[in-house]
Amino acid sequence: MSQMVEETSSELGTIAELAGQLRGGAPWLDTLREKAFDRFAAHGFPTSAEETWKYTNLSGLAKIALKADIDRHLGVEHGVEHGVEQVRLRELVLGAEKTAVELVFVDGNLEKELSWRGVLPGMARVMPLAEAIEADARGLREALSEEISDPLVDLNTALFQDGVYIHIPAGIVIESPIHLVFLSSGRGMSNPRVVIRADGGSQVSVVETFAGPRDSAYFTNAVTTILAGHGTVIEHYRLQREGSEAYHISNLRIRQSRSSSVTSHVVSLGARLSRQQIEAALQGEGSSVTLNGLFILSGRQHADHNTIIDHQSPHSESSEFYKGILDGQSRGIFDGKIIVRKDAQKTSSRQVNRNLLLSPTAIVDSKPQLEIHADDVKCNHGSTIGQIDEDALFYMQARGIASEEARNLLMYAFASEIVERMKIEPVRNQLQSDLLHKLGPNGRGGKS
Amino acid sequence: MMLEIRNLKARVDDKEILKGLNLTVNAGEIHAIMGQNGSGKSTLANVLAGKPRYEVTSGEVLFEGNDLLAMSPEVRARAGVFLAFQYPVEIAGVNNIYFLKAALNAARKERGLEELDAMEFLGLAREKMKLVEMDESFMNRSVNEGFSGGEKKRNEIFQMAVLDPKLAILDETDSGLDIDALRIVAEGVNTLRNEKHSVIVITHYQRLLDYLVPDFVHVLHEGQIVKSGGKELALELEKRGYSWADELSAAGATARS
Repeated sequence: MSQMVEETSSELGTIAELAGQLRGGAPWLDTLREKAFDRFAAHGFPTSAEETWKYTNLSGLAKIALKADIDRHLGVEHGVEHGVEQVRLRELVLGAEKTAVELVFVDGNLEKELSWRGVLPGMARVMPLAEAIEADARGLREALSEEISDPLVDLNTALFQDGVYIHIPAGIVIESPIHLVFLSSGRGMSNPRVVIRADGGSQVSVVETFAGPRDSAYFTNAVTTILAGHGTVIEHYRLQREGSEAYHISNLRIRQSRSSSVTSHVVSLGARLSRQQIEAALQGEGSSVTLNGLFILSGRQHADHNTIIDHQSPHSESSEFYKGILDGQSRGIFDGKIIVRKDAQKTSSRQVNRNLLLSPTAIVDSKPQLEIHADDVKCNHGSTIGQIDEDALFYMQARGIASEEARNLLMYAFASEIVERMKIEPVRNQLQSDLLHKLGPNGRGGKS
Repeated sequence: MMLEIRNLKARVDDKEILKGLNLTVNAGEIHAIMGQNGSGKSTLANVLAGKPRYEVTSGEVLFEGNDLLAMSPEVRARAGVFLAFQYPVEIAGVNNIYFLKAALNAARKERGLEELDAMEFLGLAREKMKLVEMDESFMNRSVNEGFSGGEKKRNEIFQMAVLDPKLAILDETDSGLDIDALRIVAEGVNTLRNEKHSVIVITHYQRLLDYLVPDFVHVLHEGQIVKSGGKELALELEKRGYSWADELSAAGATARS
């Protein structure tokens, strides 16, 4: 018992020290960080005693993540020299031809020489967060100050060093995707923060890629907020390809105005333990949200997907489709809650989770939940857990296709259903080759 | 000799279905195997294709002199054995044409032939689709997904035409087909007919045999072939009904004892 208290207090000490180093900027930000730190200190890391954290245990996290951190924050070490090459940066970036802007961060800090910024139409802005704070960019303060009761968001607020502020003014359409790449050198913790603010009628797609070296224990704690103005069309991709020993926690907060349409694509391929949380608030009439997700796990990987869709106004629509493929002793979680508030009449909502278990020791927890307070709504949800279809397997073999290849084809087909929903072709292509690799003979049961 | 089955016994889930079946098929011959439900027709088809749940307890099957039962299903297919399924399986997300190209190239590779590229394959596929009067839109759909019963059976014959097997086994391909579809399927098989190809037609009814005239007809009853003859045997069986098979079986048993 006393040991635990000691450990907890030393974690907090480290975090307090890190937070202290970040002070001295804008006064409003100092206050914000201080409050966030206090809330985190009072609560600590979530434990599995909390309902929404029932399946995921973070007890190993604090120890591994915080040890190496102080040095790095003091600038003693720098990421580029430390294993960034290992993550095959060239395969991760999409390049200038396929993106409007591509920013690469290493351990939470912008690497200018690895990034590129094109000229955006109108007054559209994609700024490193530190720069945006310095310039006190319009709307940023409100976006960061929104109270969110979540200890990991608080931790991010207390500690983020940099991130991205994207502001798309009214009526502007950004054709090519904005790609944000968050790399880890494999040590300590990083807290990237992203704010996407799209004003009325604008359109934008943002891809976030997370990656790091194999076999290093590090921790990514990312927070992204999307503020979707009326009539906006926004696509967001979060591609989690962290290293095999990494911890990854990310939060996506979506706030939607009237007639806005937001689509989120989540992919979990890497990390030892990951959790992707999404909370979408359909605040404006006629707004719609689509959440697509795909997780492919093997070995002892653990991936938790926790989503809340909150229908707050009439005629709003949501559609959620998550698929999981689990091998080895991996564990996948889909915990999806849909809330329909009293005023949200004529809501239509559909939620599906399908899982494919490849091994008898893999576990999936599928927990769809509906909480309906309005009477004129159309909601349906379903979840399935199954194995490879043996009849399909035999059919393919009977045509001359080897059983291993047939098996891979069936898994590929299962996963493709999610990948095909992605509009950005280079992302689709990247994932298709990932799938072939991960589901192929060398990928499964091996390292991620 | 294409296929030789000697005293084949097989069971499914501990139930013995085939009880000592003998059959010889030479190259270029069409054999019809007729029998009522439960006689062992589909079990024979599945055993020949290598379906996992079917367990052979004794006997042997030689395909061109090689031990067929020792081969995995995919090796049998590549060697030239084709089963047209009674219930073709729907495979969501796997493209029909991609699937068939992979199948054909697996067989070509095994035979030491060059694999076909996409264009060459497409040319071949188009030609064979015409044969079974299949619309080209079926190429880009998932394997059998959402196909009607008749479309699925035609897709089987289309696959057969592309793969060009030495031995084709049609497992109740006629069931659920209207006369037009029946004619198309039979014509598809007839065009493959030559001195190198053999076909085993497994059926409950005589009507397919009007279009696909067999060289030999065998009556299967309780896991054994109780009578063999020419094409006229099918007509006689149709006239007398399957109770005749019971009599033949009883007579056979008396004769043996």
